[in-house]
Amino acid sequence: MNTGVYMKMLLLRQAYYIFQEVGRSLKRNSLLNFAAIGTTAISLLVLGVGMLLVINTNEIAKTIESDIEIMVYIKHDLSEEDALAIEPIIDNISGVEKTTFIPRDEALKSLVKQFGDEVEESVGEENPLPDAIKVKISDPREVNTIAAEIEDLPGVESVRYGGQDFVKKLFSLTNWVRIIGLLLIALLGLCGIFLIATTTRLTIFARRREINIMKYVGATDWFVRWPFLLEGIILGFFGALLAVVVLYFSYGALVARIQETITFLPLVSSTKVLLRIFEGLLVMGIVMGAVGSTISVRRYLHV
Amino acid sequence: MISFFNVSKVYPNGVKALQGVSLQIEKGEFVFIVGPSGAGKSTLIKLIYSEEQPTKGQIYMGGRSILRMKKRDIPYLRRQIGMVFQDFRLLPDRTIYENVAFAMQVIGAPRSEIKKRVPEVLKMVGLEKRMDNYPYQLSGGEQQRTAIARALVNKPSIIIADEPTGNLDINTSWEIMECFQKINDEGTTVIIATHAKEIVDAMRKRVIALENGKIVRDEHRGVYENAVT
Repeated sequence: MNTGVYMKMLLLRQAYYIFQEVGRSLKRNSLLNFAAIGTTAISLLVLGVGMLLVINTNEIAKTIESDIEIMVYIKHDLSEEDALAIEPIIDNISGVEKTTFIPRDEALKSLVKQFGDEVEESVGEENPLPDAIKVKISDPREVNTIAAEIEDLPGVESVRYGGQDFVKKLFSLTNWVRIIGLLLIALLGLCGIFLIATTTRLTIFARRREINIMKYVGATDWFVRWPFLLEGIILGFFGALLAVVVLYFSYGALVARIQETITFLPLVSSTKVLLRIFEGLLVMGIVMGAVGSTISVRRYLHV
Repeated sequence: MISFFNVSKVYPNGVKALQGVSLQIEKGEFVFIVGPSGAGKSTLIKLIYSEEQPTKGQIYMGGRSILRMKKRDIPYLRRQIGMVFQDFRLLPDRTIYENVAFAMQVIGAPRSEIKKRVPEVLKMVGLEKRMDNYPYQLSGGEQQRTAIARALVNKPSIIIADEPTGNLDINTSWEIMECFQKINDEGTTVIIATHAKEIVDAMRKRVIALENGKIVRDEHRGVYENAVT
């Protein structure tokens, strides 16, 4: 028999044995496994909540940011051509993304449209509204400086922009949420690893005789390690699955409730984003299981 | 087959288990290692199957230095050695058959070969009728014979036993020794560390006596204690 085929058969036989061992151990320590799955699920659940919190605050901040614009009012005595000439100057300011010129007639029209003919009557012949330029900026954090720059331009009567304090606060909030979220994720990840390590350590302890004998009859380290690694991975996976299921249903219900009352809140509910989070949690669970069991099996391999 | 050259072992706690031990064991030999508790018998055995590393000296097995061996090659060294312990070390939740088959499974032997080989060794140690029993249903001697079968099942070139009769009465001890004799007759090297004076004296094999980590006597057709001293 050539060695390649032989190696393949050897691997197959060992795989068969390993799966048998995993099944045996999972059955034998059902209570312990329950605890491991539960603790993994809890830590991943909090992690998932943290992730959703970060993503949602980011989303809210982004929406508010994109709403921020500067209204530039042109001096009333300027002709429309002169007013139009200001637009490219503003456009050239760094940080300005887009400008839209709103002629005074159009502004009046939209006012009339909004509030009805009474407006037209009370205004009379002369249009009191100024020409205006709507300015969109790329980074809302620069709204103060850009507005000041525009205000200094000749021909500009005044600038108005809203919400810059709110944006500032929101930004520092999202930053904090991000930092705390990351810390939380790291901490809970470690907790999960520790818990799986403890659990696999108990199952390994229960099987230390077998490991001992395996080492004496010449089993390779990997052969000893595999069943425990797989066990850890399975525990981590099921813990993550539990967390995902709980998160999926509770978040769905929460979003539905919130959007009933606060309709304008842009909560993340696209399945694509949620799937990514769930995928991430499953991967985390598997990694936690693998790392945890590797840590605890190491001690018993030194025979 | 096994050579020790000036081997010393000092444990991290300062105990000098072996001091300048040199010895040579040839293929097919039957060797007793004797000496009081703490003389270094167990350490000597642990060095052979590379559970411990010597502090000084060199150990060869089959012409290869086991000290220069890579860590991942050690399992393959151990497959040439069958180990038997005082406390049997059987798995209580598996039958006699499964205990012996376990040693073949973990080195990836094919199932057809396991099915053929396990009854064969169990017959050799006289346990063919006990295959489906669990260890607790067996006497101490039968348990130790199961352990011997497990040590033999992968056809090692050496069998090493550390106090194999330490937990057994004298009649049972004889049974076990006869078992080892049978294995040796088929060409396997047998090394036994023991306190069983009567047996050593009766069997007249090579005796290596250790005291305080040194070889004080190495005689062919030897006895447990030198009559002169």
